Amino acid sequence: MFDFHKNHKLLVSTAFLGFAILSTVIAIMPAMKLQEVQPLPGMEEMSQEELKGLQIYVSENCMACHTQQVRNIEMDQVWGQRPSLASDYFYSKQRLDLWRQSPSLLGSERTGPDLTEVGKRQPGKEWHLLHLFNPRIVVKESIMPGYPWLFEEKSPAMVTKKDIIVPVATELLKNPDHKLVAKPEALALVTYLQSLSQTNLGAELSPGFIPSTRNKSDDKSDNISSELDGLQLYSETCSACHQPRGEGITGAFPPLAASEIVNDPDPNILIQIILSGYDARAEFGVMPAFGDILNDEEIAAIATHERSNWGNNASEVTAEQVAEIRKFIQNQ
Amino acid sequence: MNRTVYITLGLLLLSMKVEAQTVPNPNIDQWWSSPGVIGTALLIAIIAFVALLIIGSKLSAFIQRIQSHTNRKEKEEIKSDLINWEEEDLDWILERRKAAKKYKLSGTEHSGTSSFEDQRGLVSKVTRDPENPIVDEKKHETIRLETPQPLRNIMIWYLGSAVFWLVFGTLIGQYVGMKFIWPEMDQSPWLSFGRLRPVHTNTVFWGWASFAMVGLGYFVISRTSNTRVFSYSLAKTGWYLMNLALVSGNLLLMNGVNNGGGEYREYIWPVIVLFGSGLILTLYNFYKTVATRKVSEIYISNWYLLGGLIWTVTLILISYLPSFQDGLGETVIQGYYMHQGVGMWFMTFTLGLIYYYLPTSLNKPIYSYSLGVLAFWTQMLFYTLIGTHHFVFSPLPWWLQTVAIVFSAGMFIPVLSGTTNFLMTMKGSWSAISKSYVLPFFLVGVVFYFVGSTQGSLQAFRLTNFIWHFTDFNVAHSHMTMYGIITFILWACIYSILPKVTGNEPSSLAVGIHFWLAFIGLFAYMISLMTGGTLRGLSWIEGESFINSVILMQPYWVWRAIGGSLMFVSHLVFAYNFMVMAKKKKVSAKKISPAFTPVHS
Repeated sequence: MFDFHKNHKLLVSTAFLGFAILSTVIAIMPAMKLQEVQPLPGMEEMSQEELKGLQIYVSENCMACHTQQVRNIEMDQVWGQRPSLASDYFYSKQRLDLWRQSPSLLGSERTGPDLTEVGKRQPGKEWHLLHLFNPRIVVKESIMPGYPWLFEEKSPAMVTKKDIIVPVATELLKNPDHKLVAKPEALALVTYLQSLSQTNLGAELSPGFIPSTRNKSDDKSDNISSELDGLQLYSETCSACHQPRGEGITGAFPPLAASEIVNDPDPNILIQIILSGYDARAEFGVMPAFGDILNDEEIAAIATHERSNWGNNASEVTAEQVAEIRKFIQNQ
Repeated sequence: MNRTVYITLGLLLLSMKVEAQTVPNPNIDQWWSSPGVIGTALLIAIIAFVALLIIGSKLSAFIQRIQSHTNRKEKEEIKSDLINWEEEDLDWILERRKAAKKYKLSGTEHSGTSSFEDQRGLVSKVTRDPENPIVDEKKHETIRLETPQPLRNIMIWYLGSAVFWLVFGTLIGQYVGMKFIWPEMDQSPWLSFGRLRPVHTNTVFWGWASFAMVGLGYFVISRTSNTRVFSYSLAKTGWYLMNLALVSGNLLLMNGVNNGGGEYREYIWPVIVLFGSGLILTLYNFYKTVATRKVSEIYISNWYLLGGLIWTVTLILISYLPSFQDGLGETVIQGYYMHQGVGMWFMTFTLGLIYYYLPTSLNKPIYSYSLGVLAFWTQMLFYTLIGTHHFVFSPLPWWLQTVAIVFSAGMFIPVLSGTTNFLMTMKGSWSAISKSYVLPFFLVGVVFYFVGSTQGSLQAFRLTNFIWHFTDFNVAHSHMTMYGIITFILWACIYSILPKVTGNEPSSLAVGIHFWLAFIGLFAYMISLMTGGTLRGLSWIEGESFINSVILMQPYWVWRAIGGSLMFVSHLVFAYNFMVMAKKKKVSAKKISPAFTPVHS
């Protein structure tokens, strides 16, 4: 009966059937089941431009270095407000076209940071364009490749009004007289990246993270309210554009070192800009609003850090001051 | 409908709360005491120990050579003493020596049909029925079977392609590895990291390893079935189809056309249809060859070869069918596919090759047929179920992750039975290692089979996933297995069979250079990425800013590139050795009938 070693038909068909049955149970059936998942309430469908950006994202195989999954463990909390759910991928993981299947967005390597919420973390278009052209313009230590073929150099005469000019230093251009213009592919990719953020489910519905067993009270919680780490917060939130030493990037992001607004004895304008953003100066990129992302204590810590470093010397900012201005803005 | 969503969410929330107590974040102050970390450290120590063993045996061979030199000196001294001897004494010694020279064994002292008489009590056991009849039968045949010219050509075709893709694929790998240190090496879209990485992985998978495996498989399948390969033209068609897939697939990848970025599934479906057709032809050819075998039993190697082929064809079919690839369905299939691609194709097929080439190069039977059978079925049962361990803590169902982790531990069974089988086959022949250029490759491959696979099982645990997932540790693991196991075994097989088929031996010095460059290179590669990966994972757990972990990795990426360079140079040496072995011997070909040349020169 079980003479596998003499009956090749039996051997091959048993091997085939065994594998096929196991595969059905472990792969095909769970996959079918997961396809039935519905989108989350309040989730928006992807626009044409975002889909086009996703195609570029796949073409350049960004998934080789960037994940898009927040695992349900505490160490992943930096990448999103809650662990990722199957429904999060309802719109983004559909078949791309006849030739290409649903993209493997979850990824398996974090050579670069997770991108689940990059749209929230880096909302500025100028930042993304500069970063795509040459990541080391904005993050010196980055090892990400540049994507110069998503941009083109145009002589100033050829630049039309529709063109988006990337404020890149002239020595990085082949022809210093030309302007760097983002191609539609770059703009689509940036639109896609800007769209990346988790759908807010509210505190009650969001699944929790598996907590760390480490006893946090030893190192942090005692002084958590009184002394937030301004440097840490600045590095996480601000330094991508304004740079680690507050020097900014010429033509893109203004310097904070020796800035009049930062050094103003009255921190009113500085706090207002952080809270509600700023787009008054044509020579610089748009500053996004952080009022919804950071709380009063965090903004106070960041402002204090900015006002007391890199040669700046202005008074401390308190959370009460921030709260007051926040209230003032809301009442307007 | 909204209600169902909320209910599912609620259930999810509940299940997570329950799990929350069972899987705490590890206390990283004592990360070194986690079982997975300790296990991996132990496994690495095993390889270091084996390396020491090999170095030791080389050293002892060297010392022996020095000793034989002093022995010769002593002999010279005795010779000069002899001149002063009496003639009578010399005659007496001469007579005794002559008598000893004339004495001859009849050749039937320990065998034959007549009854046996052990006059000196030296024989402890007499047997008429060998315990392993299948392997013994085969041994008789090896002396008579000859390699037909067309089979030899098929082997050279497949192995030649394999060598080309190895050099090309690892050149790309080397280039991509250097981009971690100099990200601005080029500005060309065709050479950008994201596009080239899959070119490297797919080329070494579907190019190097697959071609080498099929080429070596054709010899095994025909030899152990004691018959001709069913169809040589099918074999050639398969070769064309698979090469066409590689060339077109790589060009498309570099042009920015990929299937969706799932690892090893980057070729779009028309390309994989070409490759899959090649595999189906190979499967049909292998199956038909076994079906027309001239021995009643199917040798254990052929179980693995046929199993590997039928499983891989099924796997590719399932993984490219579009009906369950949307949303996270794709992710389930991706985990399943990328693990089975390695497990059911490369590992299974290569194990089949070991079962033939290891015993033949040791000139003794495999230790146990039954262990091979056990490993075959457990390979199918356990390996198939563990794909999701690439997505631990992901939004995939928790039960799927748990099944994957449990059966990852179950992989100990096939791995241990395989390793035991190979090591017990090698037992008693350890001294042959320093005298053979083939066996060191086998030894490294077998040891890595144990170490790499076991380490992989440990890496699947939830605790180790905290530290290692998403880091370069994974890259180290895949090189430990695809290179340490598969590639080393394939080299061993090629070095053991090609000289027998073509009659050309490579210089053992060149093989030695190949071996040591590859081995040391792999070690540098592995250790640097494992150390760096661990530190990076710890930095993430600590909650440090991400860019810190990039800066931290820099020296390890440099060491990885150095290891990679050594590996690449070793492939150039290997390519040279292959050309030496594959060279046609015109003189011997004319002497014997045109269709056949003897296997054993």
